[in-house]
Amino acid sequence: MPDRGALSERAVVRRLHDRLGLGATRQDLEQSILEGPDVTLTKLLTIDEPAPTNVPDPPQIRDLPADDPARKAQDQQRSDQERQAILWWLDRMATVKAPRAEKLTWFWHGHFATSNEKVRDVGLMLTQNQTFRAQGQDSVAKLAQAMVVDPALNIWLDNHTNRKFAPNENLGRELMELFTLGVGEYSESDVRQAARALTGWSYKDRALTFKKANFDDGPKTVLGSIAGLDSDSLVDLLTARPDSARFIATRLWNRLVSSDSPSEAELEQLTDAYGPGTSVRGLLRALATSAAFRDPTKTLVKQPVEWAVGLARAVGRPVGTLDDKDRATALNQLKALGQTPFRPPNVGGWPAGAPYITPTATVARVRFAAVLLTGGTLGSVDDPPSGTNARAEWARATLGVDAWSARTRAALSQVADPRQLLIVAAVSPEYVVSG
Amino acid sequence: MRSPWSTTVPVLTRRRFLAATAVTGAAAIGATAIGWEEIAGSAGDLDPDAGVLVVVTLYGGNDGLNTVIPAGDDVYQRSRPELAYRSDEVLDLGDGLGFNPALRGLKGLYDDGSLAVVQGVGYPQPDHSHFRSMAIWQTANPTSPNGAGWLGRWLDATSDGSAADPLRALSTDPVLPPLLVGDRYAGSTIAAGALELPKGPLGNAVAALASPDLDDEDWRARTAASIGHLATLRRTTTAAMQRAGKDNPTGDLDRQLQLIAALIEARVPTRVYSASLGGFDTHADERRTQERLLGQLDTALAPFITRLEATDPGRQVVVMVHSEFGRRVKANGSDGTDHGTAGPVLLAGTPVTGGLTGQTPSLTDLDGGDLRSHVDFRDLYATLTENVLGAAPDQIVGGHPGRFDNVLA
Repeated sequence: MPDRGALSERAVVRRLHDRLGLGATRQDLEQSILEGPDVTLTKLLTIDEPAPTNVPDPPQIRDLPADDPARKAQDQQRSDQERQAILWWLDRMATVKAPRAEKLTWFWHGHFATSNEKVRDVGLMLTQNQTFRAQGQDSVAKLAQAMVVDPALNIWLDNHTNRKFAPNENLGRELMELFTLGVGEYSESDVRQAARALTGWSYKDRALTFKKANFDDGPKTVLGSIAGLDSDSLVDLLTARPDSARFIATRLWNRLVSSDSPSEAELEQLTDAYGPGTSVRGLLRALATSAAFRDPTKTLVKQPVEWAVGLARAVGRPVGTLDDKDRATALNQLKALGQTPFRPPNVGGWPAGAPYITPTATVARVRFAAVLLTGGTLGSVDDPPSGTNARAEWARATLGVDAWSARTRAALSQVADPRQLLIVAAVSPEYVVSG
Repeated sequence: MRSPWSTTVPVLTRRRFLAATAVTGAAAIGATAIGWEEIAGSAGDLDPDAGVLVVVTLYGGNDGLNTVIPAGDDVYQRSRPELAYRSDEVLDLGDGLGFNPALRGLKGLYDDGSLAVVQGVGYPQPDHSHFRSMAIWQTANPTSPNGAGWLGRWLDATSDGSAADPLRALSTDPVLPPLLVGDRYAGSTIAAGALELPKGPLGNAVAALASPDLDDEDWRARTAASIGHLATLRRTTTAAMQRAGKDNPTGDLDRQLQLIAALIEARVPTRVYSASLGGFDTHADERRTQERLLGQLDTALAPFITRLEATDPGRQVVVMVHSEFGRRVKANGSDGTDHGTAGPVLLAGTPVTGGLTGQTPSLTDLDGGDLRSHVDFRDLYATLTENVLGAAPDQIVGGHPGRFDNVLA
């Protein structure tokens, strides 16, 4: 068995880029290794990419009747809009120099998981996406407040139909179960009372408006306290609960450190760092400086989008630079892997681990890697050396893998073509799993 | 009906197979012994005492009232005059009900006693969103349909890391449905083309990544193993796929079910299959659309059941057909219906005692224009878990003690 003591400094730096970022190019990783884990972590936490100026702005589409002859063209326009939005985001993730905000945007998309399947307006999904990017880096309380009045989330969870005399509990329930507290930390009565606090919002023309007449302004009893709660003060109440700190800390831990839950002692360190300010960066620093973060056994299966974006970053070739046919192939593989941005399977977000380690997942990964790595120029890849061992080492360094196993080294030795070598490396267990 | 070859498939036990190969060699078994040569070395065969579940999902919300039709009921006729079928149009099932005229084959199975219609199946506080209601059916969790699928939980509870694991639950859809995704284990898709690696050195090198390595921790080891399972799946399904392809499927569901039939007849150790047919969201021009889709269901499912009844492993199979909800009682203004609630579930196969069961919802005692469900689908799942999969329902669909022992003994 290999040494299971602690990760090497190099591996810690690589793990920081994997977990708090979206993977690094060889050049960036080597620079970070020279600077060491502390500087790398500080840079990941503090450097912010300029806000995007090229976010797509798709026009709103008003549904024609199902039997209208122009309906088909309209449906096509709708799906084109969605595809452009997906490609835009994938390419932003693949090209930013400072990826932490995109990693957190991706995390929050899976946390406040909203699907365009029901929202049916990717313009609203992009608005939500911008909110994750702008509000998701600091205070969880502020982000959650923005989310309860986010148009896409309101449509997704029917809150725009939640009225004083016709309450709809969908958002109230998920706000507690999935967004702030976790299952079992509230009662059915709390759900009903919370739903009353969320009444009053209507949706029209891509905006939510508050109508006082639809708002239930009576006192509500939530988690034992009685107050005249509204959306804002309800979120304040929920996110200030110790249960909420534990829940958010565990969610981020499970996605960035380990699928095993943190111990009580670890959880206490995390929630201390999160603090009354519900600090995202404080929590990230605590995660990244925990002993578990240096534990070699705390591996994670990369989610398909993380894997695909990481590969695009490593080789310097965003999906958007491919031709139409190859782009379609690339997006189809993400779909086959079960992870298309803006289409989480349900409000619980994407599952982790097992569903991405299926036999057919490897076929989809090979196909994705093949369209990304065939033809064109690879912006970040040095010229391959000659010689089997040197080539395997070149592939390892290009993808930022700590070390090849004997198995993978043997597999790599079977291909001579450098691009094919990178495809095999990209689907190897060492790259599919973040070590 | 079709599929004369099903009767000529030699129904082999593993022992008979081994005996036959010992004497005459595998080739002597003949061309109809699909995949036996391939399968014998891989995953072991289907336990002759084990039930097999085939879930057929109708996506879009199939209109139950125009599937199992209360044609003699005046309220039905008045509620949807443009859509209603007359009593002389439907295929009589008794109790004032009749099948949609497109379901001729299924009517034959019903008459033979191998098809059960469970009426009025749903769940409390029904959700009218396709997405959420289907998630509820797939997770069996109406208040929180966000985690593992119910058959994913079955995988979690019963998988043991053995070589047969990747074969335990197979989907013929290209994207694995949440139904088959558990927290630790997941089913596999066997959609056409989904198992093919590139030819030549690239494919060979990828296949070589399957070797275990002492440096692998758990996830890496499982990734390597899954690449090995790809070869198992391909070996196991290729012959069946070729066989199914030659039978000129009449449509997509027919193609899926023919593949599943071929796998079952080859005694692949798969216990759960998932197949699907979409397009049932009939907000407009419903009669024509639904008849076409029910026709596809009928021409795929009826021969499938007949074919299964002809072989030993086929007789181990129970098929369940469901949708995420039924539709409203009243027609809308576009000769269609909007999203509703309770609907019929069909169960078919040799172990099934046919007939009408459940409780037909009232057309007058409505819940805001919707049918009231009297049968919780989770009781049905618990019955299938216990009686077909032979597993304790507690961890899979616990807390639902109702059973359909009259349908599945």
